[in-house]
Amino acid sequence: MITPKFVAARAILAGAIALFGMHSVWAGIPIQHWTQPSGVRIYLVESPAIPMVDVQIDLDAGARRDPIDKPGLANLMAASTANGVRASGAGPTLDEHQLSEAWADLGASFGGSASADRMSFGLRSLTYPDLLDKAVALAARQLGEPSFPEAPWLRDRPKMIASLKEANTRPATLAGRAFSQAVYGSHPYGSETTEASLLRTNVEDLRALHAKVLRACAAQVSIVGALNRAQADALVAKLLARVPQGGCTAQPAVPEVAALAAASEVRIPFASAQAHVLVGQPGFKRNDPDFFALTVGNHILGGGGFTARLTEEVREKRGLTYSVYSYFAPGMHAGAFTIGLQTRPDQAEQALTLVREVVTKFVEEGPTEKELQAAKDNLIGGFALRIDSNKKLLDNVANIAWNGLPLDYLDTWTQQVERLTVADVRAAMARKLKPARMATVVLGAP
Amino acid sequence: MKHPFHLSGARWAAPVSAFALAASLTIPCLLLPLSASAGEVQPAPAATLAQQFTLKNGMTLIVKPDRRAPTAVHMVWVRVGSMDEVDGTSGVAHLLEHMMFKGTPTVKAGDFSRKVSALGGRENAFTSKDYTGYFQQIPSAKLEDVMRLEADRFANNTWTDEVFAKELEVVKEERRLRTEDKPHARLHEAMDAVIYQADPYRRPIVGWMSDLESMTADDARAFYRRWYTPTNAAVIVAGDVDVDAVRVLAEKYYGSLPVHALPQRKPRTEPEQTGLRRLDFKAPAEQAYVALAFKVPGLKPAGLPATAAAPTDATSEDALALTVLSAVLSGYDGARLPRALTLSDKPVADEAGAYYGLTARGPQLFTLYGIPAVGKTATEVEAALRAQVALVAKDGVTEAELTRVKNRWVAGEVYKQDSVFNQARLLGVSWINGFPLGADQLLLERLRKVTAAQVQSVAAKYFGDDALTVATLLPQPVDATRKPRVPAVGLRH
Repeated sequence: MITPKFVAARAILAGAIALFGMHSVWAGIPIQHWTQPSGVRIYLVESPAIPMVDVQIDLDAGARRDPIDKPGLANLMAASTANGVRASGAGPTLDEHQLSEAWADLGASFGGSASADRMSFGLRSLTYPDLLDKAVALAARQLGEPSFPEAPWLRDRPKMIASLKEANTRPATLAGRAFSQAVYGSHPYGSETTEASLLRTNVEDLRALHAKVLRACAAQVSIVGALNRAQADALVAKLLARVPQGGCTAQPAVPEVAALAAASEVRIPFASAQAHVLVGQPGFKRNDPDFFALTVGNHILGGGGFTARLTEEVREKRGLTYSVYSYFAPGMHAGAFTIGLQTRPDQAEQALTLVREVVTKFVEEGPTEKELQAAKDNLIGGFALRIDSNKKLLDNVANIAWNGLPLDYLDTWTQQVERLTVADVRAAMARKLKPARMATVVLGAP
Repeated sequence: MKHPFHLSGARWAAPVSAFALAASLTIPCLLLPLSASAGEVQPAPAATLAQQFTLKNGMTLIVKPDRRAPTAVHMVWVRVGSMDEVDGTSGVAHLLEHMMFKGTPTVKAGDFSRKVSALGGRENAFTSKDYTGYFQQIPSAKLEDVMRLEADRFANNTWTDEVFAKELEVVKEERRLRTEDKPHARLHEAMDAVIYQADPYRRPIVGWMSDLESMTADDARAFYRRWYTPTNAAVIVAGDVDVDAVRVLAEKYYGSLPVHALPQRKPRTEPEQTGLRRLDFKAPAEQAYVALAFKVPGLKPAGLPATAAAPTDATSEDALALTVLSAVLSGYDGARLPRALTLSDKPVADEAGAYYGLTARGPQLFTLYGIPAVGKTATEVEAALRAQVALVAKDGVTEAELTRVKNRWVAGEVYKQDSVFNQARLLGVSWINGFPLGADQLLLERLRKVTAAQVQSVAAKYFGDDALTVATLLPQPVDATRKPRVPAVGLRH
C-alpha cells in the first residue's frame, strides 16, 4: 500500500488541453484526419518512437441512449463482446476462454465500455507487423461478430447484482447516488444500473443493440502510435470490415439537463468514520463558449490541487479533510458541477458552511488577478504534461474528434487560456453557477 | 467485467502497486521480440539507456532520457518507510512526508506547492512500507528550479508545532478515508498484524490511530534528522533531458548537501511460523472475502548475478518460479484462478486472484484471495483456491501457459515505455530494493528461463499450512440507524 499526500479526487474532465508553440521541437501536434468511403472518420497522430499503437473507436451509443428500463445496457453490450465470437467464413467459433488466451498470446488487449455519451472500444498492440495483423483481425471479429452467448451472461449477472449490493453498503456510493438524483432528476445522465434493470436485461437486448449501433459510417477512430497514414487507413478498414458499412440514420435528440429551480438538501444517516459532503448543480455542455473561462475558474476554485481555494481553506488552513475538490463534467449535456469532501462526522457542518462561503464568494467576486495569473502559469506552462505519452495524446485526439473541435485545437489552447481576464472568469462562473440553487447531500453526519 | 478498457483520462499520482509483477522492475530499453516476431524488432529510437552516478556526498543519481515531449519527471526517493518505524510512532514516515511540504527557512508553508504550480508543474509524494518518494512533473526547461526546491527541503525542512498539529488532523482524515471506512483495507491491516510478530511489516503505513493521536512534532523532526541524509536517497530524472547537464545540476544542488551517519538498521527477524493462523474479521458488508497469505522467499540483489548465464541460488530460483506461478494463476483474464473459480459453469467465486511481489526490502508473501459467489462460503472459496495450487503441484503447467505469460511480460516492457513517470518510478523501486541498473533486463531473461518443472516444484513446496495465515471477512448488516462514529475526545495533544 502506498499513501500519497494528496489524491486528486477526480481527474479534470474538461478534456483536451493544448500545446502552444513554446518549444522548438514541439511546435504543434499534427492531427491527420480523413474519411473512408464507408464514412468512418479517422484521426491519426504518428508517434514513431515506441513500437506500439493505441486505437480508440467511439460511437454515439453511450448510456444516455439506453432504454429507460435498462440503464447500463450500452456498457454491458460493449463489455460482453469479450464473451465469444461466432463462426464466420474461415474464422472458427471462439469462446471467452479462447478469446482471452488469444489476446494474451498476442501481448495485446481489446475491450469495450460505455460512458454517458460514448460507446468506446480500445485496442493496444505492438506494431510488429505479424502481431499487429493478428491483433487487428481478432479485434475485427470481436467487434463485428460477437456471439453474446447466454451461459456467461446468466453466470455473470448474479455477480453484477452482488457487486451492486456490496457497493450499496459503502458511504461514498450512497452519497453519490443521492447527489446524482438531486442534480439530474430523470435525465439519463443520472440513471443507474440496478438489480431490477439487470434482471430485465437478456442477451437478446445485447444482440439487438449491437446490430443497431455497430456501423462503420457511425464510427470515429482515433489512433496514436507507430503507424503512418497508409498503415492507419489499412488498419481501420480491416478493423471495421466485419460490421455493416452503411445504414446510418439520424439519432433522436436527447433532452437537456434541466437547471435546478431551488436549493435542496438531503441528509442521510450513516454509521461511517467520515461524513461525505457533496454540493453542486448541472454544469455546462462541452460546446459552451465559456469552456475555457470555466475550466480556468474551476482550476482556481477547487480543481488545481494544493493551490486551489477550497484546498487552502478546508484542508490547509483548518485540517478538516484529506481531500476536497470541485469539477465540471461537460459532455453532450450539462454534466454536474460537483464539490466534494469527506470529514469527521462532527465537523461536517463546519466544512459545509465553509464550502458554501467559498463558492458564494468566488461566484460573486471572481478570482483575484494574482490567482488568475497563477492558474495561467500552471496551465500554460504545464501544457506539454497533458500530451507527453501516447495514452494522453489519444485521450486528447478522441476528445477533439468527438466534440468536433478544430484540428489545431491543441495548438491554440494556451492562447485561449492566456487571453482570459478576471472579468471573463467571474462572468462565466456567475452565468453558470447559482450558489442559492445548489443541491446538497450530507451523509453520515450526527 | 472482463477486458476492462479504461478510456477516461489518466488520474495523476496513480498509486504504485505494492504487488507489482516481477517484470515491472524497470526495463528502460528492452525490446525483446515476442517469439512470433523474432528477427523483426528494431530498437526504438526514443529508448536510451538510463545512467547512474554517485554524487560526491554519496547520493545516487539516475538519469533516463526520453525525448518524445519537452517534459521531465524529477523524483527523490528516500530509503525509509513504515518498516523503519518503531512501536508507538507508527505512521511517522508518512506523516513526515506530509510535513515536507510545510516549508524551510527560505520557503514558507504552502509556497513549495505554489512555486511548483507556477512552473507549470504537478507534484505529489508517496510513502510505502519500504520507501518515501517525492516528485514533480514539469516542462523540462524548469528542471533546475524544482531541483533547487527539492534539495532545499531535503536538507532544511522545518515548521512550527501549530502547522504540525493541523497537518496531523489531515492525516487522521486520510486514515479514516483510506482504511476505517473500507472493510478490505481494515481486514488487511489486521491481517498484517497477525502474519508478522517481530517484523515491522506488521504495522500500517498510515499508522495506528492511537499512535497518530499521540504523535508529537518532535517525533517527526527526529525521524527526519535520522533518515534524511544523502547516502540514503536517490535523485531520479527522466524525460527530455541531457545526462551530463542533469549531472552538473545534481552536483550543484544535491552534491553539496551535508551528510550524517545513517543509523544502524537492526534486524527484526520474524520468528519462524509453525502453524496455521486464522483471523475472522467482522465489518458491515454484503459480500464475504477471504485472503490466504503464505510466507515465501523473495528475490534479493545477491540472487541476481550480473550476467544471465551465471548461476543463482536455489531460493532465488524459487522466487523466480513463484513469479511465474502467480502469472499462471491470475496473470490474465483466462488464467487458472478466474477460469476455475469465477468463469466455470457453477462459479464458486465472484472474484479470485493471486499476487506475489518478488522484490522488497522486507519479507515476501504469496497471497490468494477470493469473494464467494452467492450461495457459496468463504470456506469453499479457500478450498478452491488451494485446490488450484495443488493441481499445479500435482500436474504442473503447460508450455502454452508458460509461453503466454512470458509473452505478455515482454510486450508489457514495450508498453511501459509510454509513461515517462512510470519509467522513473520503476527505476526508483529497483534502487530502493538494492538492485543495480539493468537488473530488470537480467530479471526478465531469468524469468524467461523458468521451466514448468520449477513452477510445479514451488507449488508443491510453499503452500502448506505451517506458514499460512487466513483472514476471512464476515459481513455484518449495515445498520443505517446506528449513530455515526464520533471519536473519543481528550486523546489529542
